[in-house]
Amino acid sequence: MIVGRESPTRKIFNVANVLLFILIDIMCLYPLWYIFIQSFSDGARAAHALVLPIDFTLENYRVILERKDIGHALFISVARTVSGTTLTVLGCMMLGYLFTKQNMPFRKFMYRMLTITMYVGGGLIPTYLVYKSYGINNTFWVYILPCIVDAYYVILIKTYVESLPASVEESAMLDGAGVFTIFTRIILPMSLPIIATIAIYASVGQWNAWFDNHIYNINSKDLETLQYLLYKYMNEAQSITQEIKEKNPGMRIKVTPRGVRMTITMITTIPVLCIYPFLQRYLIKGLLIGAVKG
Amino acid sequence: MTTVATSVKVKKPKKNWTYFFIALPLMALVFAFSYVPLMGWYLSFVEYTVGQPILSSPWVGLKFFKMLFQSRDFSRIMTNTSMFSLYYIGMLVLPPLFAILLNELKGRRFGKFCQTAATLPNFVSWVLVYSVFYAVFTTDGVVNEILKLFGTKQKWLSSKKDVYWFQSFVWAWKNVGWKAIIYIAAIAGIDQELYEAAAVDGASRFKQAWHITVPGLLPTFLVMFLLAIGSFVRNGLEQYMVFDNTIIHKQIETLELYTYNKGLKLLDYSYATAVGMFQSVVSIVLLFLANGLSKVVRGETII
Repeated sequence: MIVGRESPTRKIFNVANVLLFILIDIMCLYPLWYIFIQSFSDGARAAHALVLPIDFTLENYRVILERKDIGHALFISVARTVSGTTLTVLGCMMLGYLFTKQNMPFRKFMYRMLTITMYVGGGLIPTYLVYKSYGINNTFWVYILPCIVDAYYVILIKTYVESLPASVEESAMLDGAGVFTIFTRIILPMSLPIIATIAIYASVGQWNAWFDNHIYNINSKDLETLQYLLYKYMNEAQSITQEIKEKNPGMRIKVTPRGVRMTITMITTIPVLCIYPFLQRYLIKGLLIGAVKG
Repeated sequence: MTTVATSVKVKKPKKNWTYFFIALPLMALVFAFSYVPLMGWYLSFVEYTVGQPILSSPWVGLKFFKMLFQSRDFSRIMTNTSMFSLYYIGMLVLPPLFAILLNELKGRRFGKFCQTAATLPNFVSWVLVYSVFYAVFTTDGVVNEILKLFGTKQKWLSSKKDVYWFQSFVWAWKNVGWKAIIYIAAIAGIDQELYEAAAVDGASRFKQAWHITVPGLLPTFLVMFLLAIGSFVRNGLEQYMVFDNTIIHKQIETLELYTYNKGLKLLDYSYATAVGMFQSVVSIVLLFLANGLSKVVRGETII
């Protein structure tokens, strides 16, 4: 806290500052609230709903959730988030741990090779063609395999594991424990804080990913994720609304392209909104460990 | 915890090949997904047609690079890319400003709440950001509903002359709160005695912020600035892709979006690879430049 007397100018500043932050809060939160009330409004007059829903209805959600593609996309999104996060955490933990081993052959070489990937990449087209030649385009694997080893996470983990007391591991080694036993019984349990941080980063990344779907799996309808479906719906809201109308003749409310967009946006955002406030401190922790190193 | 006497190692520990063989498959993934694509740069020197083996494609040398530099698109794409980057560099002052003002807030709870609210947009995908801005700024969105009260309205999402600042605004909305965290941490790390001493000397809070907090944040700011220089021609793809539409297409098309459009939409693989390679090479040069600058100015490197 900065110390000092309260001058009149200071008081004015304080009030202005609070007002500024209220404005920032509104800018950050109101759009989400706006989408929320839109999704519960009757499409006929939704444009006028600014504070509360107009002609409150659940019809938007009913017609959207009835569509088969949503349920399947939700399944794919959850599947990639769970499996992708698990493998990323395991892969990066293992590699980060191994890089703390001074007596691993080629340690420096491999570490350099890994860190270079943070700055140099092949670019969009070569990557696309290479993935294609591996045969992982239009498979679930393209969501998982390229993400297993992430240079940034490995560096974070290495830094963390280096800070752990070596004595526990050494005594286990003297007892004849193998690498995997030490890794699963000693290193993993001692690294829970960093695991939490990386798991959250990885899962937010997986949940939000849509670009890999768009690039590599554009021809696989059964591999579409929720985010990608939202992207599609944003662009094809007209035709989807038409489909919904044809499927539900004589509906009591008006379903508009805008209502369709708002509703699927809400469905996609809610998971992040629900867990975000609880996970925030882990995310910040990850950022700060990285900053110290970088 | 039981203490185990850690014996001082006298001789160099023996190499342990078990570690190496466990690391090997993971490093193979790195090689396959990060290094093999680098070899794909070869593509920009040959005339590649889809379905044909790359190695038997005829060698054309620098043809595609010449094509790029002589193309009418080139100056437009570079202008767009640079304009966005200049805006971002200008906006680098926003996160530290946010952090300083947040630090001046009195209520701890309110401060925490503001920080949470401002970092939230960082965790929604670009598709969602687009959806949010679409909802708010579309012709009958809330902004225009309010503007209508004043008898005016605007097509924000498809206004050619507003593309640069509007996209920068979008970027700021998503990023400023998150990027401020590092400055918030830096402020927390400043020695409190400095403020106390300054207060004893009669320095106002503004003076304290200006003479203690700002210099304290300068090193971090410098790193961010140099990193921004390093990524001057690489300002991301997703944002421009989701906000792209036929009306503003010529203004929003950055180098990366251009690569995508040429390569994956028009299937002009060789040309698009050349564009991508040009971008990568410029990026690497800029990164080394920034790194060298950092060495001179701060005495330490950023990478």
